Amino acid sequence: MRTTFIESLSQAASENPDIWLLCGDLGYSVLEPFAAKFPDRYLNVGVAEQNMAGIAAGIALSGKTVFIYSIGNFPTLRCLEQLRNDVCYHGADVKVVAVGAGYAYGSQGYTHHALEDAGIMSMLPGIEVFVPCDPMEVRAATRLIAGSGKPSYLRLSRQGEPDLGATVTDLRKPRVLRDGRDVVILASGPIASRALEAAGALAGRGRDVGVVSVSCLKPLDEVAIRDAVRGASLIVTLEEHILRGGLFSLMAGVFAGDAVRPPIAGIGIPEQGGKTSQAGSREALLDLAGLSAEAIVARIEQSLSKR
Amino acid sequence: MVHAAKASHIGGCLSMADILAVLYTRILRVDPVDPQAPSRDRFVLSKGHATAIMYATLAECGFFSLAELDAYCRDGSIFTGHVSHAVPGVEVSTGSLGHGLPIAIGMALAARNAGAGSRVFCLLSDGECDEGSNWEGILFAPHHKLSNLCVIVDFNKIQSFGSVAEVLNLDPFAEKWKAFGWQVEEIDGHDLTALERVLGGVPAISGRPTVVIAHTVKGKGVSFMENKLEWHYRSPSDELLAQALAEVGA
Repeated sequence: MRTTFIESLSQAASENPDIWLLCGDLGYSVLEPFAAKFPDRYLNVGVAEQNMAGIAAGIALSGKTVFIYSIGNFPTLRCLEQLRNDVCYHGADVKVVAVGAGYAYGSQGYTHHALEDAGIMSMLPGIEVFVPCDPMEVRAATRLIAGSGKPSYLRLSRQGEPDLGATVTDLRKPRVLRDGRDVVILASGPIASRALEAAGALAGRGRDVGVVSVSCLKPLDEVAIRDAVRGASLIVTLEEHILRGGLFSLMAGVFAGDAVRPPIAGIGIPEQGGKTSQAGSREALLDLAGLSAEAIVARIEQSLSKR
Repeated sequence: MVHAAKASHIGGCLSMADILAVLYTRILRVDPVDPQAPSRDRFVLSKGHATAIMYATLAECGFFSLAELDAYCRDGSIFTGHVSHAVPGVEVSTGSLGHGLPIAIGMALAARNAGAGSRVFCLLSDGECDEGSNWEGILFAPHHKLSNLCVIVDFNKIQSFGSVAEVLNLDPFAEKWKAFGWQVEEIDGHDLTALERVLGGVPAISGRPTVVIAHTVKGKGVSFMENKLEWHYRSPSDELLAQALAEVGA
């Protein structure tokens, strides 16, 4: 994903001389092609995210489009007030790009796990939030935010993620990865691949399960979301994030006022709550958190049995 | 303004009044008729609580009428009690301390990149220099030789809870900036000639960013406010307002 991002950004920057990229001394072996091609518009500000966010706002307020890049919590939580005041309050054209969504940094431990970022960033006024599930969506998201003129958050996983579906036509709308109407799994991020696995397994048991990628968390296209789940008897949300403030919370907000609606089962990462995290690959940590394809299948069967 | 609105922060407004007067009458290339001109100089007020003097200065310079100042802190007004970019002539909103300098650095980088010759001035409070984000910027600007950037510290020696020396001592202050690689000017912040000389020296021929440590007096010009912590918070009564206006000759 990060390689796709930098390729897409380089393409956008070759078309738009106002695009800048700042990093907080992270992105080794990823950002070099941009730095080599656009040395006047690339800056490693050092290990100083508050300064990076403020500088980005200052450059953007001078008429430029500025991307800032670092790992998960560093360009988001570490400089949250700079993003709130300096970027969003001024409507500065700054794009926050965080690599390492969810458990992408696996064994590196809790400090490097981005588990609350999408919810926290979604709460900032005026920002647009994108959580792509595959390289195709990363490409579309990078191009979209490069030209949006608005503060944006782009949440990337890491590397090696496969494409999960057909061409992206409109990133702001849900993208159907697998047809199916009785149960619809709404997924954000590369965890959507596990939704597809689970849907395949459930199909083998005669269940009709669709999978839809919701990569644009803000602004949320509620009409298109409703279309995507129309007729479903169960809605499932799946995210590599805690349930509070993430995709599940957003969907609960969409449907809360409906007098008649299907149940919504939220599957996400349990809140850490003072427990120390364990070492392990992303895949192993997802399994431990109850997000294996088998666990997802079991959870859906359990929800269906309550109908 | 502060009296009518029963607002606070008059002490820190008066300590920087001379600095703003010199900046806006002698230094800054800004145009009230075209406040967004791309080639303008930028002024970033980082001590955003001292906004009454900022609004008053902009009104005096013609960015809007003096009569509009009556709206200061009033219901529904754009003149909020921490500086707002909704007000013509204000570059950025601040209020949470430690935000202005990084933004100013970004503006200085963009100006240098554009080759427009714009200069960027950023006014910090002394207490604000406790913020780590400022020291990230203080480290950054000399490394990138931002000679078009000038920081002014309103060094009135009193912060929110007591004297700077007692709360979190900054000394040796000038030496810290020098060690970080800044062009350091240390002057009496109420000496208009000295202010014009050092602020007029930007961009510094040394190729470094400039810091002007302006030694000032909190509550300057009003005998009962000078060097008094309480005037970070209090709003003057009718009687004290009359006395203060008489003392400053308004």
